Amino acid sequence: MVNDSTPPLLELRNVSRSFLGEKVLDSLSFRIQKGEILGLLGRSGAGKSTLIRCINGLERIDSGDILFEGKNLSLVRDEEYRLIQRRIGMIFQYFNLLSSQRIIDNVALPLKLAGENKITRRKRAYELLDLVGLSDKANSYPGQLSGGQQQRVAIARALAYNPSVLLSDEATSALDSETTQSILELLVNLNRQMHLTIVLITHEVEVVRLVATRLIVVDRGKIVEEGSIKDIFIGPQSVVTRSLLQIFVPRLPKIIAEKINCFYGKDAIFEFYISGKEASQPFLNNLEAETGVVARILQGRFEFIQNEPIGLFFLAIEANQKKMDMAYAWLKCHGDKSELVGYV
Amino acid sequence: MHGLNAMEIKASLWVMSNIEILFRLLPEAVFDTLWMTCASSFFALLFGLPLGLLLYTTSSGNFRQNLWIHRPVSVVVDSLRTIPFIILAAGMMPLTRIVVGKAVGNEAMIFVLSVSAIPFYARMAELSFRGVDKNLIEAVRVMGATRFQIIWEVAIPEALSSLIIGFTVTVISIVAASAMAGFIGGNGLGRLAISYGYQRYNPVVMISVIFILILLNIAIQWFGDRMAHKIEKIKGSDC
Repeated sequence: MVNDSTPPLLELRNVSRSFLGEKVLDSLSFRIQKGEILGLLGRSGAGKSTLIRCINGLERIDSGDILFEGKNLSLVRDEEYRLIQRRIGMIFQYFNLLSSQRIIDNVALPLKLAGENKITRRKRAYELLDLVGLSDKANSYPGQLSGGQQQRVAIARALAYNPSVLLSDEATSALDSETTQSILELLVNLNRQMHLTIVLITHEVEVVRLVATRLIVVDRGKIVEEGSIKDIFIGPQSVVTRSLLQIFVPRLPKIIAEKINCFYGKDAIFEFYISGKEASQPFLNNLEAETGVVARILQGRFEFIQNEPIGLFFLAIEANQKKMDMAYAWLKCHGDKSELVGYV
Repeated sequence: MHGLNAMEIKASLWVMSNIEILFRLLPEAVFDTLWMTCASSFFALLFGLPLGLLLYTTSSGNFRQNLWIHRPVSVVVDSLRTIPFIILAAGMMPLTRIVVGKAVGNEAMIFVLSVSAIPFYARMAELSFRGVDKNLIEAVRVMGATRFQIIWEVAIPEALSSLIIGFTVTVISIVAASAMAGFIGGNGLGRLAISYGYQRYNPVVMISVIFILILLNIAIQWFGDRMAHKIEKIKGSDC
């Protein structure tokens, strides 16, 4: 896992950038560690694009420092900046391949720009196409490939110069969910096999949920939340994160939500989140065995977020003060979140 | 390549039949027109393309933004394009005399035609370059490409089919202008149409010239389209 003591690959310190007096990046600071898959989540207009453009040198920053492998980007000169840019691979929402060039030449482009000879370029490009599973398309043109295939080519191209980090700018936003899945799998494999550091910039919760090891939520140029995926999904702290995760978190069925009140009812409803080892147990059975309280699931979701089981439930328990107290104590002890929502 | 002597034309005026006129004068007129068109097109490409690139790269928001260059160049290019060809040619006569040595004849017309076609093609080329996806340019920029590499590896290959279509339009406008050059001392089909078709109202000559000009334009357009289409086709733009 991520170790804070190793020097970060990329570090932003109080980076600010304004356009026409409006702060798009507001004193942003964070670190990207070697080998992690960092998800940068935010709504459109949150400042994600500007952030990327500042990192890769398309946009200057007003204040603060960006350090890449220990080098302060605002202090390096043009020539050295180009060398650094080559160490940062990028993929984009609309692939940005050269439509007039064959796939093989598209992949080899970064090497050509760096002045590598033709034999080296070809050899490396074929290796990379093999890696992304498209070696049979070497002589096709981008227009003849599907969106998913084009993104694979773009990934191969981004890796041509052996970058130390891959920035993905909404790379799956234009793809259907099945293709998205396969692209994400490819990225995870690259991360495991080549220890490639990946930054996923996206507005899609699903994307970060599937692959990111750590998550940063950005809103209005500020970091509103930072932490492990599991922690953030179970207990989002900020309003923005909560609204972004809305589709993921189950809500009470309408018919029950309408009837619910704070004082009295036949059943008490608890919101109960459980994860990790606890979630691998038959926890409702355990609850009954240890407290004698029977709980029903009203609504819920159970799944694995990066191999960790997570359950988000609404439970109904008989509204009897003694039983409720016992159940509450048990739930609190075993779950990540246990809250009395109301009575029905 | 020398034009018809004016005396020759006068002397033969009443004795030649329509057929004789067409047979004796047409081949040379066609040759003169082709020569003027080819040479002027060559110069239009040679100077217009770099000028178009300059306009493109220095325009605001582009990777070599420089309005101190862009604005004056724009003004010169647009001014030249505002002046109708025939007035430009007449007004430029003193300059033509200095550069070419004389103000009439094919070479003088080539100079004038080029001066009028260069800004035209420059704007066309600029438009073609603007058609290249900005995101693509940026994607290559962040790979650490130099400005020269961006132009050479991305802008030109990506804009190629559009550049060819623009050049085709330019060549056709040169053919049209070269016909007009017949009024002010140019040879070729324009001269033939003016001296025979217009001044001596000979409908056979007039119609023949118009017919040949149309054929010429169709051929140029066909050739240009075919080249552009070939490039588009290998891209497989169906996706």
